[in-house]
Amino acid sequence: MDANQILIKTVLITIFAVLGLVILLPRRGARGMAIRRLTLLLVMVSAVIAVIFPDLTNSVAAVLGVGRGTDLLLYGLIVVFLGFAVTSSAHNRRLDRQITDLARQIALTDAHTSPDTQKPTEDVNPK
Amino acid sequence: MDYESNDTTRGGSPMSTGMSAADRAIAERTWLVIPLFNEATVVGDVIRHATETFPHVVCVDDGSTDDSADAARRAGAHVVHHPINLGQGASLQTGLRYALSDTDAEYFVTFDSDGQHRVEDALDMVRRLATEPVDIVVGSRFLDGRTKPGAIKRLVLKAAVVFQNVTSGVRLTDAHNGLRALSRDAASSIRVTQNRMAHASEIVNEIGRLKLRYAEQPVHIIYTDYSRSKGQSVWNSVNIISDLIFK
Repeated sequence: MDANQILIKTVLITIFAVLGLVILLPRRGARGMAIRRLTLLLVMVSAVIAVIFPDLTNSVAAVLGVGRGTDLLLYGLIVVFLGFAVTSSAHNRRLDRQITDLARQIALTDAHTSPDTQKPTEDVNPK
Repeated sequence: MDYESNDTTRGGSPMSTGMSAADRAIAERTWLVIPLFNEATVVGDVIRHATETFPHVVCVDDGSTDDSADAARRAGAHVVHHPINLGQGASLQTGLRYALSDTDAEYFVTFDSDGQHRVEDALDMVRRLATEPVDIVVGSRFLDGRTKPGAIKRLVLKAAVVFQNVTSGVRLTDAHNGLRALSRDAASSIRVTQNRMAHASEIVNEIGRLKLRYAEQPVHIIYTDYSRSKGQSVWNSVNIISDLIFK
């Protein structure tokens, strides 16, 4: 590793860290969703371009100090994948909370309206 | 034998002659909240024994697939049914909500359905709520030498205690004790959003967040073969910690 590479690798890592944060800390609501969708679109478009112009990725990778074009794509894929994993997980937790609230509402409504919670059967404390 | 006649639309009646009048008055304003999931073999006995002291018991049937809910009802408990299995934390929150709807209720005890908790400990804790300036009394296995869990479990619990003290600012000696007595204030302000086993740590965090006045009570947990086989595995620590981080 010579001095040039260290510098470029720092730049590269910083870029990916910023990109990562943008994806991994999505804002809720319309703006967050739009950003995620645009990111996905960008990724798809980049993938298509990379297929059409395979040497392009190599050039870009060389500029950034990454070995090959495919390596660059792989790094990008990893960042995007992690972003979606975290987003999806957060979404599921939100859904869980909603389901819990619904189930609890049902449980309590049933309990307060159905008679058998209020009145135990005859054989209470048979002594 | 003395029979204390009680309002028959309520649950069981306290028949213990050993209770003082003061204790009976306190117990009359207390609800036991018992999360219930597939404990048909023991829950009936647990509730029958509990209702000798505490007349108001609510069992939250968390989608049991066996006879538990029926057994609980026959034994004298109010039963609230979760339409799907949500977890012990969710069951506690549902049970507390149900009990809070009784406007006469002042004290609430979270109590296990498998016979690990002692009714005497619960009564001692509620009495402290009534006589001392505390909002919540939490049981601890480690204040005296009564309880003897296995060595590995003890080590993991000690580590959990340190983690909990650091993250919540609440100093407890037992991180995961299911026996708790809450005042009405505590019961209505604590929000349990962790449905599964992380709820125990969440409750401690809530104590810290709400700045509740807390105290610990030495309790004896009865580890029978039955309860040991059902108990929480040490592996669950991983799940609990990750639940709390990614809440």
